Amino acid sequence: MAVVTKAAPAATEDKELLISGSEAVAEALVLADLDVVTAYPIRPYDTVMQAIAKKIANGELVAEYIVAEGEHSQFEIVKHASTVGARVFCGSSGVGWAYAMECLVVTPPLRVPMVALVGNRALDDPGAFGVEHNDALFVRDLGWLLCWIDTSQEALDTTLIAYRVAEDRRVFLPTAISADGAFLTHSQAITLVPPKSKVDKFLPRYDRGDLLLHPDNPITVAPQANEDWVIEIRRQNDEAMKRAYTVIEEAYADFRRVFGRGPENPWFEESMTEDAEIILVGMGTLSLPIKVGIRNMPAEGKKVGLVRLRWFRPFPTEQLVKALSKASAIGVIDRDYSFGSPFASGVVANEIRAAMYNAEKRPPLLSFISGLGGREVTLEDVYKATDLCYNAAKSGKSDVKTHWLGVRE
Amino acid sequence: MSALICEVVYRGIFQKNLAARITRGIVLSARKSGRWGIAFGRYGDSPQRNGVPAKDFAIVADTKEELEQNMARYEPKHVDVTICVDDTLSKGVESWAWYGLQPINRLTVPNGTLLMTSLQSFEALLKDIHKKDAPYQLALLRAKPSFSGLWVYKEDHTEARILGALARIAPSFLTLDAVCAAVKEMEWGSDLKVASARKAAERLETRTVQMTEGNGEIPYSFEMPKWWEMREGISIPAIPIGKPKEEGKGYVPERNPYFKKWATRTMRPVVDFDTCVKCNLCWIACPDSVFDVMPDGTFDPNMEACCGCGVCEAVCPVENCITMVNESVFEDNASQWEMWRQDKGAYKTWLLGKIGDKTTTVRSHGFRFRGQYEEELKRDLDLGGVEITAGIPGENAKHKTI
Repeated sequence: MAVVTKAAPAATEDKELLISGSEAVAEALVLADLDVVTAYPIRPYDTVMQAIAKKIANGELVAEYIVAEGEHSQFEIVKHASTVGARVFCGSSGVGWAYAMECLVVTPPLRVPMVALVGNRALDDPGAFGVEHNDALFVRDLGWLLCWIDTSQEALDTTLIAYRVAEDRRVFLPTAISADGAFLTHSQAITLVPPKSKVDKFLPRYDRGDLLLHPDNPITVAPQANEDWVIEIRRQNDEAMKRAYTVIEEAYADFRRVFGRGPENPWFEESMTEDAEIILVGMGTLSLPIKVGIRNMPAEGKKVGLVRLRWFRPFPTEQLVKALSKASAIGVIDRDYSFGSPFASGVVANEIRAAMYNAEKRPPLLSFISGLGGREVTLEDVYKATDLCYNAAKSGKSDVKTHWLGVRE
Repeated sequence: MSALICEVVYRGIFQKNLAARITRGIVLSARKSGRWGIAFGRYGDSPQRNGVPAKDFAIVADTKEELEQNMARYEPKHVDVTICVDDTLSKGVESWAWYGLQPINRLTVPNGTLLMTSLQSFEALLKDIHKKDAPYQLALLRAKPSFSGLWVYKEDHTEARILGALARIAPSFLTLDAVCAAVKEMEWGSDLKVASARKAAERLETRTVQMTEGNGEIPYSFEMPKWWEMREGISIPAIPIGKPKEEGKGYVPERNPYFKKWATRTMRPVVDFDTCVKCNLCWIACPDSVFDVMPDGTFDPNMEACCGCGVCEAVCPVENCITMVNESVFEDNASQWEMWRQDKGAYKTWLLGKIGDKTTTVRSHGFRFRGQYEEELKRDLDLGGVEITAGIPGENAKHKTI
């Protein structure tokens, strides 16, 4: 449980560090006074386990650091530690995350608020290291809160927010923060690290309350139950996920109050969407080529905006519909695939299609798959997507084809 | 009737194959007259445990549409015939799905039939079977409960006899000739089995049970909680610490109020408190915390919580101190120790009577060696019962070794 760390920053001012997304997560874990962390190396997640190990070795953080013999144990160990009241952290990538699947499945119904970093990585085979979002998306239906981050700063901030949300008694659900392999996990950027005094004002201690596994609170966790109990358990999970909407909004508002920065809209970042005719949608670091690409477009008479989705679960349906309805066409760029899905689109595109189904105004929607396996999403890809969206806007019809960008053909 | 719905209530593992054969036999017999049918188990019973009450079902109908109409439920809510193949189940059925205790005749339709194998009289059985708000037929086939193991069936013709009896009960669906034809064609079918089926049809004893007859006790039940009433995180509170008995000289553990387990029991332990050496072994070994500690240091098995596994008998170092005996001759779950305290002489007589009752006593939980069944059968016929020996029921260990 919360052991005071040796060298908590004493300053009241933020300090500036040049750190990667993974290192930013480790900084946040020190500030959050993490109790138990498990590790098993797989790239690109391993950068965060190395960064935490360094923090502990340097005496900045006092925490149990357990090297497991595989991802399955890695996630099991923190699940158990969390049930006895420890603030825990864990993570993995690609097929490592897949190997932990059984534990990932049981964590939400047991209401274990673990925070995990998924260093997004293509699934084997081939044994590629580059980013694809399919790994984290494995758990999209299971009760995990899922968010995608874009910068080192967001990595640090979101880690603090993730604990605040996951450990809220109304939620008590695990949270996976997705960071694009290489683009974020391995890129160092100037990052503001707040003092612990501020963090203490934002992040309360983890209190497991009546669910604490302790001799003074004797309970049995996870007994076997059959058809007379299961649907009620699922309904409880459903309600916790629904309550997360309010809790996330509260957390971001409080974050802004305490730290004096952070987004107004927790759910997604908007760039140049104010009077945009075309809105492109994506998750993670592909925001950068889009942002740069659309910046030059007004000069050519094109008004294109970006919605970068932060929270995927819970899915900000209402807010997205409101933001996207005003466009003349929408282009969704997925860094994932869903073979055999409607229109053979990516996951995000189909989620947005579903979200828009009951909308009053439904602009044409185009689906793109790009950047798989860590391939660069180029400015040319962005221009091409934009042009196709303008064509659809003109005809007023959705293009049912899913366009693969940047594939050799 | 255009459809016939039957349930078979049986002991998990011990009668699994028997129940499956009966339900299959019902469908195959009805098929002889061109009817359609389905035989299936209650899915929640699938991971069976020894002795836990379980159910199989058979539905037969004139047309496929009528069959589908009756199959559109997870399991039947009403049955024309309840078949009970162990008469200790007449006390009620508590599934591991946590429903509380269900009377054996709960699903039987008004004027339907409860068909049981038993050596008990109608009157003795009606002391156990709960009252029903409609009259029904109680039909008895004279038989010992057919117990065997997970992979085997005893081949004692119980399945053929049940099918023969059904031909008497529901002749419009299963004629005796159709049953005999089906029995002969089934795996392990034989002319001898056909003869058993015909004799069972002849020998079936039936009587009407009125609404006023039966055990008047209200079976324990509980309200299933709503999703928002349940604890979160798939967690349940631990059973609280127990209470002292008689100024702290004894101790009574708390037990799960929703799941009592005693309906699993086919044999129960009886205790000779005079020879008990207070060694604690039964108390330690019991997997269900059944033993209450008495003020004198002896151990009284609580019959609400005991599932009848027989571990206490196996670990007890004193010969004839804890003995597993036939459950069917008991009518309540009263404390043995209180009976002993009131009148020690009368208790001893009572105890020896229970231990000495050999007619229906031993319920083999399977066979340990080739030819064991033949041996048991011979002793049943020659001696009027199989001798009770110490050890786990069916193990037939000759003597305890201390």
